[in-house]
Amino acid sequence: MTVSISSPGQKTHRSAEEIGRTEVGPRPLPALGVQKAAADLSTVDTVLPSGLRVIAIRRATVPMVEVRLRVPFADPAASSTGSHHSAQAEVLANTVLTGTATRSRVQIDTELALVGGELDAVVDPERLSITGNALATGLGTVLDVLRDVLTSASYPAEELEREQARLVERIAIARSQPSVIAREALQKLLYGDHPYAKEMPEAEEVAAVTRDDVLALHRKALLPRGSVFVIVGDVEPAEAVAQIGEALGAWQGEGEAVQLPPLPAVKGGDVLLVHRAGAVQSQIRLAAQAIPRTDERYPALQIANLVYGGFFSSRLVENIREDKGYTYSARSHPEFTIHGATLLVDADTASDVTAAALLETRYELARLGLVPPSESEVDIARSYAIGTLLTTTSSQSGLASFLVNLAALGLGVDWLVSHPQRLQAVTPEQVAAAALEFFAPGNFTGVLVGDAETLKPKLAALGGINLGGVSFQ
Amino acid sequence: MASPELHRFTLPNGLRVVLAPDASAPVVGVSVHYDVGFRSEPEGRTGFAHLFEHLMFQGSESLEKLAHFRHVQSSGGTFNGSTHPDYTDYYQVLPSAALERALFLEADRMRAPKITEENLRNQIDVVKEEIRLNVLNRPYGGFPWILLPPVLFKTFANAHNGYGDFVDLESATVDDCAEFFDTYYSPSNAVLTVAGDLDIETTKSLVEKHFGDVPARPKPERPSFAEPAPQGEVRHEHADPLAPLPAIAIGYRVPDPVTDIDGYLAYLVLAGVLTDGDSSRLQQRLVHREGIVIDLNAGCGLFGPLEARDPDTFSITAIHRADVTADQVVAAIDEELQKLAQEPPAAEELAKVTARWASTMHKEHDRLTNRTLGLGSAELLFGRAELIYELPQRIASVTVDEVSAAAKALRPDARALLLVKPTGGAQ
Repeated sequence: MTVSISSPGQKTHRSAEEIGRTEVGPRPLPALGVQKAAADLSTVDTVLPSGLRVIAIRRATVPMVEVRLRVPFADPAASSTGSHHSAQAEVLANTVLTGTATRSRVQIDTELALVGGELDAVVDPERLSITGNALATGLGTVLDVLRDVLTSASYPAEELEREQARLVERIAIARSQPSVIAREALQKLLYGDHPYAKEMPEAEEVAAVTRDDVLALHRKALLPRGSVFVIVGDVEPAEAVAQIGEALGAWQGEGEAVQLPPLPAVKGGDVLLVHRAGAVQSQIRLAAQAIPRTDERYPALQIANLVYGGFFSSRLVENIREDKGYTYSARSHPEFTIHGATLLVDADTASDVTAAALLETRYELARLGLVPPSESEVDIARSYAIGTLLTTTSSQSGLASFLVNLAALGLGVDWLVSHPQRLQAVTPEQVAAAALEFFAPGNFTGVLVGDAETLKPKLAALGGINLGGVSFQ
Repeated sequence: MASPELHRFTLPNGLRVVLAPDASAPVVGVSVHYDVGFRSEPEGRTGFAHLFEHLMFQGSESLEKLAHFRHVQSSGGTFNGSTHPDYTDYYQVLPSAALERALFLEADRMRAPKITEENLRNQIDVVKEEIRLNVLNRPYGGFPWILLPPVLFKTFANAHNGYGDFVDLESATVDDCAEFFDTYYSPSNAVLTVAGDLDIETTKSLVEKHFGDVPARPKPERPSFAEPAPQGEVRHEHADPLAPLPAIAIGYRVPDPVTDIDGYLAYLVLAGVLTDGDSSRLQQRLVHREGIVIDLNAGCGLFGPLEARDPDTFSITAIHRADVTADQVVAAIDEELQKLAQEPPAAEELAKVTARWASTMHKEHDRLTNRTLGLGSAELLFGRAELIYELPQRIASVTVDEVSAAAKALRPDARALLLVKPTGGAQ
């Protein structure tokens, strides 16, 4: 196939068989060497008088700082129906960095840029996050901009109006993505009108938000007590905490940031078919109740999940991708809230193999409990869990993001440092127990987004599907 | 930025090796870059370079199918591969105790990959699912990396879809794979990079032990992919039934980064002046002042800067409001380019771009995966792995006049204009 000049019959290359063998023959896999431990983390974890928890960690691999501010920002209402919180919170997150009493949007960006910095705000049903980084020499600038934004964001009327219009368009773009359609359908199925299910507001709700609404929400909900600030980088932790205390000391407020109200438990049930006309691929999204990181069974569940679909060398990926070619992307993973966790199973498959892929996905769920992970499967998953914890937390940004998520669950650096020991201690019997308890197919419910007309005949034969599902578009 | 020590050597079989020690964390990255990408695919075999990348994970003489993944992951590591216009890379990042294992895995498939009909058919199915996921079943699929090249370029090598047509993918044979491997995957056509927690002498001997007996084969002659810049403005409309809003991509040619890196970097700085951050010129005007554009980007290279040889692309992309015409958006962009061409940007505008690039490079280096791949691609494309450490300094020395000249060179009479039209109707 490559461009090569050759006379007919003359061989220009070896055959695949010739390529695949050498005179020496197969060689043994080298043993692992001795693993060095990660350096101890120099860290301070404290609470400022305002109630803000601050975790500072020295990691001087590059002359940068990474900052993460997490403010619990849940809707206090019992139901999202009739609540304006989601829309107001979304507008707030999109405009909180667009002006203060003393800085315009352009000035904020200019000051940050000159120290190689950036700040970004996003909101979801649980929290408002402000994420940023800068050259370590620019930490003072980042903290001053942050102080300014937290204490005197002015939500300029013209910025607000334009961002609302832009937000409406961006929501439309997001909702045209199959993965977003599937996620919204799944959350609605699992949690109904609980505010946790509402990850994006409707266009008309966004349009109805006023500047006064946003200012009021900022005063009422953007609070230091209950929030956490993580800084990782080329800093001395004690000095960084002092600097943060001084810069953000003016950020005060009455009461405590609003945590997510408890969620209803996920119960097993039929998979809901969601029609998306003309789709050439389907999104399979299954969910079941799981347990939080603090549960003593969690390390066993973590390993059981890896063996099921949590990494490439898992039963699900080896079956529906590497054996059958039904999918490019299949995975399972736990998702945590402050109250607990769910187990999520995701796969995207061509329409003509969707039913078969769902069959195999369920088969592997059942098999995990009935033919539990072997000692070798447990060991591979365990080593992966321990090793990737090391690699993902070896960068400043990886460590900062990991820690802010832990902190939200009330955990800290100690948990990170001691987790490898917990994984080491897990036995195959504990993994088998977790597999049987949490991966039983009957525990799962879910959604399937795809072209219903194409999918229905095979799905009807498979069963366990609610075919009278909702229609998209 | 301080340049850490780099060690280089070449094995008798031609394999170039770069070692970049850094003991800050007990982890190590290993990558192999082969000097072949989708520009080298012949007609009738679009997507073949990427399909072949998948096959390199399917087993080799010492490794059954699935063994590669299991050995990397049971060592606590991660892996991947990716196919670019001019090269294909493979990597593992692992706890440093697994260094020899990673070298073994890469050497085994460089020496003797096992290519079978069954695995080829399986991976054709997987690649088709990848294309459905990333292109066919989503709005703006392949925008702009698949859609813009056929408007900007004329030759098959530069213009065609690197993911491939399903018909081409399905007609791939095991013998095609054998010929592709023998032609392009020779050790003399590759760069091995090891970065992170490593001892130089130990690593050198491990590299020699595992790669030393990979048989030498000739390094393929790399053809020139050069072609003239477009004459005039070439327009193309693309119908996207899934897209809710129209979008545009404007493509221009940039200087050859191999022979004129500083000329190329002026365009990189220009991209920052135009679209990096709320205070950049096009963000301010199009997104925040006039509010006609929803999202905006500009940059060198459709896979990122310095990721390809000549000919490479400078692109500006925008998703814009449906009640605004593409011509309005293009006219506003042209006006801003003209302003920059007539009057160079302020020194402060460049200072912002320079500082943000310094941060970006630090962040890239702090992630071992990115550092390993960055060193490898710089060595392969430019013969200079240290380029990634010199970039902040080089970017800082770009002058306002050079940025102005780059803006002037982005002429309406030598560019591609791709218009994405939503055709799904009101939803």
